This record gives sequence, structure tokens and C-alpha cells, in this order.
Amino acid sequence: MPRWRIPLRAPVALAAAGLLLAGCANPSTGSAEDDPAAPVTLKFWHGWSAPGEVKAINDSIARFEKLHPNIEVRATGNVSDATTNQALRAGGDEAPDVVSSFTTHNVGQYCDSGMWVDLDPFMRKTGLDKEKVFPRSLLDYTSYRGNQCALPLLADAFGMYYNKDAFEEAGISRPPRTMSELTAAARKLTVRSGDSYERVGFMPNFRLYQNSPDRLFAQWGPAYFDEDGHARLAEEPAAYDFFETVKELRDAQGGYDALERFRTSFGDEMSNQNAFLTGKLAMHLDGEWRGLMLDEAGAGFDWGVAPLPVPDDQAETYGRGYLTGTVVGIAHSSRHQNAAWELVRFLTADTDQVVAFANAIHNVPSTYAALESPELDADPAFRTFLGIARNKYSRALPPSTNGGMYIVQLQDFAYSQEAGEVPDLRKGLRRLDELIDADTLQSQN
Amino acid sequence: MALTLSSPARRRLRTLGFLSPWLIGFSVFFAYPLIATVYFSFMHYNQIKAPTFVGLRNWKYVFQDMPLFGPALWNTLWLVVVMVALRVVFGLSLGLLVTKIKSGVGFFRTAFYLPYLAPPVAATVAFVFLLNPAAGPVNEVLSHLGITGPNWFNDPSWAKPSLVMLSLWGIGDLMVVFMAALLDVPKEQYEAAELDGAGAWARFRYVTWPSITPIVMFAVVTGVVQTMQYYTQALVAGKIASGVSIGPGSVIQPGYPDHSTLTVPQLVYSMGFQNFNTGAACVLSLVLFAIAMAVTMLLMRKRSGLLAAED
Repeated sequence: MPRWRIPLRAPVALAAAGLLLAGCANPSTGSAEDDPAAPVTLKFWHGWSAPGEVKAINDSIARFEKLHPNIEVRATGNVSDATTNQALRAGGDEAPDVVSSFTTHNVGQYCDSGMWVDLDPFMRKTGLDKEKVFPRSLLDYTSYRGNQCALPLLADAFGMYYNKDAFEEAGISRPPRTMSELTAAARKLTVRSGDSYERVGFMPNFRLYQNSPDRLFAQWGPAYFDEDGHARLAEEPAAYDFFETVKELRDAQGGYDALERFRTSFGDEMSNQNAFLTGKLAMHLDGEWRGLMLDEAGAGFDWGVAPLPVPDDQAETYGRGYLTGTVVGIAHSSRHQNAAWELVRFLTADTDQVVAFANAIHNVPSTYAALESPELDADPAFRTFLGIARNKYSRALPPSTNGGMYIVQLQDFAYSQEAGEVPDLRKGLRRLDELIDADTLQSQN
Repeated sequence: MALTLSSPARRRLRTLGFLSPWLIGFSVFFAYPLIATVYFSFMHYNQIKAPTFVGLRNWKYVFQDMPLFGPALWNTLWLVVVMVALRVVFGLSLGLLVTKIKSGVGFFRTAFYLPYLAPPVAATVAFVFLLNPAAGPVNEVLSHLGITGPNWFNDPSWAKPSLVMLSLWGIGDLMVVFMAALLDVPKEQYEAAELDGAGAWARFRYVTWPSITPIVMFAVVTGVVQTMQYYTQALVAGKIASGVSIGPGSVIQPGYPDHSTLTVPQLVYSMGFQNFNTGAACVLSLVLFAIAMAVTMLLMRKRSGLLAAED
């Protein structure tokens, strides 16, 4: 009988080497030992890509370089969060020193993972009192569990754009202030054309442009998590009212299928084929930057801006809106963190800079001093958004250790719910809470 | 003192030397990644902090708390079965067609092959626009014929068939492979079969098919492996059809509509490089590896059976 020899040595050696190499995974780390007065080149990654926005940030950098002649800034635009995330993990000499993100969703992840460094020591070192400079709500969305790893670089407020010509045609005298007024106005403003539409009053479907469910949900002021950090949407009465209200909005305008089919005919959000710009929508949820774009595109109708309506039983909160904003921080791998801090401090806390940049790209200023500045743009549409940003009921999303994963779960749930695939809302919300908690647990070390 | 090796040792060393290019390639590009994937499937690792052992937590997460895993696996297997089968049948049919036609051969071969050269992203974007339910020319033509066209990439029931249509449009690669195999079948065998009174079907069944079976198996095995990695077209189609804006601050959520175009490779990418949940991404990769391995082994056994039957 033949004896089989099983060759073990080579596979075992290979496995051991593999495990050793796998365990070696460790990104590079930077330092805050540099002299900010020494000549240095900083790499700054940001997300702006529109020509006007790129010019505005480049002008800001030029102002900074004039104030700090020893620091040269090499800016790279149109960088997504995914790219930044991957680059900071990969490390290397070309990784950025100063990083920014257009969303506050990922701040919790940036802080908790240590990918963006805590800025509090830099603020203490240079005498910047953050509580006196930045509004509390903005400090909340740029920190996670006491780690201030980002600072606000202008804010975004969401409100409602409306077509004044369409309102006049439908005999509506003012923008709606409550959800029942919104439903009634949407019904009046909707114009059918055969199986489809000529115009929809207010498109409630969650996949439209900025219509992510968390943005409209902010009008209810919900609490996503309990004190222990567990998801509590199934226990949140506002969640039921929110989904019911949106369903009423859909039903008042022909239902989900018809609206979704119409939505697929819309052009790109950032182009001249934007559905509000082309008159396919009479009312539209959007951010403050849209006004500048409507002016530049030469909208063929008279338009106005108002805060989004609020639930009927929270009428006193009218004026509130969803808040978010661009955030900026210092990469953990930067070897020039003190110089990087000078750039971050200039971009976020220098009043003249913040006002000039806010006026240039029509974003909401993110410091107390800039919000009160007489130099701010006096355009009434812009002022409406400033009011939303200042409103005490306005909300930003709570940060989470895994970034915006709970919002992705909420979006997924909302997509299924609007398509009629969630027969039992309470059961669905309970499962949603379980999934959010499982994601959180999975992300914790 | 000179080092002297015995003859068997010298032989072993020489053999190892000749094998070393393959051994190095295998170790670096297959063995190490596989071992690392198994290792990380038991670790919590966000690609920043050092990995920590978490036992079976990642496995539990994928199988119990990841609602997208089921749809992604189902879609991947659906595409493997339907897309691969249809591609082989369609590719073989086109191969037969272009080897049989008498005139315009060059034109037809070029016309059928050209779509394969289109970049996958551009081809997918064009298909989604052509099949746009509200404004696309396909539904426009159908409506003139009195037919209400489906919602194609916007309908969960039609999204995967639409992807299959896209893959059939770019069938040029398989057509060329089958064409070469068909031209390689000895003509004498056809002549002999004709003399024996064999009709067209009998000639295909008893002459063509046995000759091209290895190529068909090759097409099926490579098709299965490729479809297991199906990513770009599904991601682009879902993204474009959804109309959801993807700004620098947002993340592409694959699978539109209703997760019907979500595949396991897309989930691996989302987990590994968007959520930085390395452990879960490794579990998903291992599941994919196990399925691909099992299907390939099954097909290879089947192929051995076929060859044995022919012998």
C-alpha cells in the first residue's frame, strides 16, 4: 500500500509569512513638531469643481499665502470623500496635509478612526476659543465624543425654492408653512399631461437631487439615537408622521409610480436641465447655492425662497431647516501639522476671509462674527438661508462612528417604503434600528 | 571549502529554480492575498488602526445583519446562470452565422465585433439613455407601435434583463472565439456526414458539437468567473438610471432599482473601500471565492466526463 506524503512545510511557511505580512498593516503617522514659520509646501484637497467655486477657493489661498509667505499651498479640487478616505489610509508622500469634505456625515468616522487629528490642542496653542468663534450647532457636527477633528468651513442650509409664476397661476398667495398647506399647494400646482405630467407641485420621491429623506425629516426635529447611542427611530413618533406625510404628498400628486417615471425624465441636477429650472417642479427642496445657479442660468420665471414647511403640530418651529456644511481638518499623516493648522485657522476663523468666501460661493458663513458682518451679501434669497441657519430649531445630523452609514440605511429603508414594499411601518422601523445598531457595533473596535 | 551537493539535492534545486517564477507569482498574487483575506475575515480592521481579533463577528454580521447580502448573492447567481447561458448560445449562433454566410462576411464580422470594443462605461451610459422609460428612443418607437415599453433599468424586474441585453450587444469576443473553433472543424467530417445522409441538425450534433465542446466549456468557465466579478456595468447602469446626484460629499449607493443590480463585487467594494469594514469585505470575498471554486470544479468535472464519453 503506497504511503502518501503530505507536503506541509511549504504551505505552513507560506501561511506564516502571509499572516505576518497581513499583521503588518499600519498606515504612516505624521507629527505636530514642525515650525509653522519655516518654508513649507502644504497639500490641500477640497471638493469644489465649478469654475466660480474654484476661483473663490484659489483666491482664498492667495490671500493666505500673502499673509504667510513661508507657506505655499498646492490645492487639488473635485476630490470626493472616498478618494480622501482611501488616500489617507494608503499614506505616502503625496497624501494631503489639509483635507475637507462637503458633508458632515463622515466627521464621526474621521474623528473616531484618528484619520483627522484633534484640533483642540492647536486651538489652545494659538489661543482660539472655539466656543466664542463658532455656533454650537456647527461645533457639534464637526466633533465626535469630545474630539474636535474638524472645523466648519461655511455651512449649508436647506429651504424651499418656489416658482412664483406657477403660484400666481394656481392662485396661491404665499409659500406653504405647514405640511398640510404643502400637500394642498402641491395638488393645486400639479399639471397632468396624458399619462405623465407637465409640472409637479412638489416631488416627494427620495431619489430626486437633494431629496435624501434625512433632509425633509429634519423638519420634524427627530432624535435618531438614544443616550446610549442606540438607534431609536421605531420609538420616534416623528418618524411615523414623516412617512405618512410624504405618502399623502405622493398620493395627492398621482402616486409613487407616476412620479418616479416622471422623475426619470429630469436632467442633471447641476445642469441647465435641472427640473426646477426647466419648470417641471413648482416647489423644490434645495440648498442656498441654488439661487446663484438660477441667476447664472437665467431662469425663465420669477422664483422665490422660503423655509421648508413644518409639521402641523410644530407650527412654532417654522423657519427651521436642515443644516450641513463643508468641514476641514488636518490629516493624521501630515508632517506639517502646525503649518496646516495656520491654513485651517485662516479658512475657518478669519472673519474677512469667511465673509469673502461666503459671498463668492453663496454659502452660509460659519462664525458668529461673519454672520453679523455688514459685508455679507444682501440678496433676499441668501438672507432667507441665513435665517434658516440661525433658527434655533434647525438641525444637523448627529455624528456617528461609521460616518453616514445610518443615513444610508435610512435611505434604503425610505426607498423601499416609498415603493410600497414596507407593509408594516413599525416592524420596518424596528428592523432599521437593528441594522443601524449592527453597523455601529461592527464599526467599533 | 567548496560546498558540494548531492545529485538529488542539485536536481531539486534546479527544479526549484525553474519553478521559481511561477512560485513567486503564485505566492505574491494568489497565496498571500488569499491568506490575508482569511486572516482579515476574523479581524476588526478599519485600515487606520492596527487589526484586532473579533472571532466570528464579521461572519455573523454578513450572514445575519447585512440585508444587502441576500439580494447581492441572488443577483450574482442569476447573472451567472442567465447571462452566461445566453451569451454562450448567442455567441455560438453568431459564430455559426458569420461562418456560413456567403457575401458581406467582412462587414458582418466587423459589425458584430465592434460593440465589444466600446468602453464598458460609455456603452452602459448609452444603453441607459436609449432605454430611458420617459424620454428614451426605444420606448418612443415602441409607443408608435402601440406598445407600452417597460421601465427597463428603472424597473427591478427589468433591470437585470436589460444588463443581459447590454452584454449580448457586446458579444464580439465570444463570436470570434466560436468562429475560430467552427472554422477549425475538419471539412472532411462534414463531407463524410453528408455522404451518410446527415441533415443540418445531425451534422451539428455529431460533427460540430463534439469538436467545439472544449471551446464551449472554456467559454462557460471563463464566463462564470467573469460574471462572478460583474461590477462596472451594473454600477454605472444603476447610478445613471437612478438619477441620484453624486457630489464630492456623497457616496454611490449601488443596486438601483430596489437592489436589483447589486452584485457581490459591488458589495465587497462598498464594504472595503467606502465603509472600510475590511473584515466584512473579506468574508464576502471568501464567499465569492468558494462559489466560484465550486462552480468551476463542477464544470471541470463535467468537462472530464464529456471528454471521457468522447473517448
